[in-house]
Amino acid sequence: MAVLLLAEHDNESLNDATAKTVTAAQAMGGDIHVLCAGSDCGAVAEQAAKLDGVAKVLCAKDASYGHDMAEPLAALIVGLAGDYDHIVAPATTSGKNVMPRVAALLDAMVISDISGVHGPDTFERPIYAGNAMATVKSSDAKKVITVRGASFDAAGEGGSASIEEIAAAANPGLSEWVEDKVVESDRPELTSAKRIISGGRGMGSKENFEIIEKVADKIGAAVGASRAAVDSGYAPNDYQVGQTGKVVAPELYIAVGISGAIQHLAGMKDSKVIVAINKDEEAPIFQVADYGLVADLFDAMPKLEAAL
Amino acid sequence: MKILVPVKRVIDYNVKVRVKADQSGVDLANVKMSMNPFDEISVEQAIRLKEAGQAEEVVVVSIGVTKSQETLRNALAMGADRAILVEATDNVENDIEPLAVAKILKAIVDEEQPGLVLLGKQAIDNDMNATGQMLSALMGWPQATFASEIAIEGDKAKVTREVDGGLQVISVNMPCVMTVDLRLNEPRYASLPNIMKAKKKPMETKTPADYGVDITPRLTIEKVEEPPARKAGVIVGSVDELVEKLKTEAGVL
Repeated sequence: MAVLLLAEHDNESLNDATAKTVTAAQAMGGDIHVLCAGSDCGAVAEQAAKLDGVAKVLCAKDASYGHDMAEPLAALIVGLAGDYDHIVAPATTSGKNVMPRVAALLDAMVISDISGVHGPDTFERPIYAGNAMATVKSSDAKKVITVRGASFDAAGEGGSASIEEIAAAANPGLSEWVEDKVVESDRPELTSAKRIISGGRGMGSKENFEIIEKVADKIGAAVGASRAAVDSGYAPNDYQVGQTGKVVAPELYIAVGISGAIQHLAGMKDSKVIVAINKDEEAPIFQVADYGLVADLFDAMPKLEAAL
Repeated sequence: MKILVPVKRVIDYNVKVRVKADQSGVDLANVKMSMNPFDEISVEQAIRLKEAGQAEEVVVVSIGVTKSQETLRNALAMGADRAILVEATDNVENDIEPLAVAKILKAIVDEEQPGLVLLGKQAIDNDMNATGQMLSALMGWPQATFASEIAIEGDKAKVTREVDGGLQVISVNMPCVMTVDLRLNEPRYASLPNIMKAKKKPMETKTPADYGVDITPRLTIEKVEEPPARKAGVIVGSVDELVEKLKTEAGVL
């Protein structure tokens, strides 16, 4: 039997999360078939075919798949499900949106955000904001899974899988895409960035976030924020790192003016090197930091910008 | 229009979670329990829709232990009209899986015929992020997840969703299932008079069997462990020392 893997993409390029999900899928056993569904995803299918470990790419081109709408996408996946034991997707907002729908249609319990594979039916996943790790065994005939990208390395590129065009499923016609309000930025995307600088409530205002952005641009880092900073309106929600935001694991994570609530730590504690800059030496963030600097961020950040 | 709002009783978000020594789960004995924070946002939104004249009745439902009635009373004190408690277990450590919860909710939706079901996007205990999507699938309704703005216009709703990289605006047919994200609203506190009034609001008690739903879990928990701890780091004296260490010792700059 085989694994059906839903590719994450924007109709032009394959998201890095897909290659990480391939690595997780390899540990489940069986051939891996990548499903590219999009309005015009031919180029994406070619990129997916190059990933190591992929046996076949299925390409479904239809306008209804152009914006990751859950209802048509779930209908397509359920139609293909008969041939597969495992149906997996990256735990992105798109994967989290569609996969529980797929699972319910197949009468299976979705296994969300797995961080480890211990066998074809046994998986590890964080619960309680990453304060505990649960190992769960599924009794469902079909395992429907989303994969935490930060926990797996990306599969390499040396493959040459065949690409098969498949027909679209009937669109249930329940919903329509209206518009995307995507923030245009030259900075790397948070979940795939090698370096991240995040600001917390200590930043004090939206304007002060510029101090962080300057340093980020100097070292090619993505900019993140704690939930407290997002709740205070200092940063947009898609900057949010934590249990309810994005989970990241960059090589370098610099937390600025972040106290280190468990909610935030859940999203970044797997980073390779963590730096904390905070004026409160009692802040819990220092307990997980490799390097701590007890300092006023408004004094330290310009110095940091100059030193880099 | 009637709005159905499922709420879950979970460990309070400020409580430090402790894994039990026998690795069977997390210690929930004698810890503070509260309404799941995302569910407070969905209750608030339903009440605001009623206050704006877009809904006539807000019905809250909770599936779990008997004590979930405290969570329901809290929602009634915020302004919901009546409650349904589905007693599914007598052990607080038995988490009812989202699939089973969605099946019970489907039966309730079939009975109550709401025009909208509003849920939190995820519960902060199992972090599954699944119940809303599953209910929507079982109903054959559209889903609008991770909502940060909701505008209902006749038989359609325009919903702004929090997605990776920004926002997505979609239009869904009503009736539908929506799950709410943090920035949708700021939930109100219940006032003392409203807490008193809530005690007199109707609360029905049911069981999964009343709805013909088998709640046997599909996932068996083999063990629950502490996450690997990070080893303690060092405090540096200056920005220059920090940059130096990041370059030479850590090799990340």
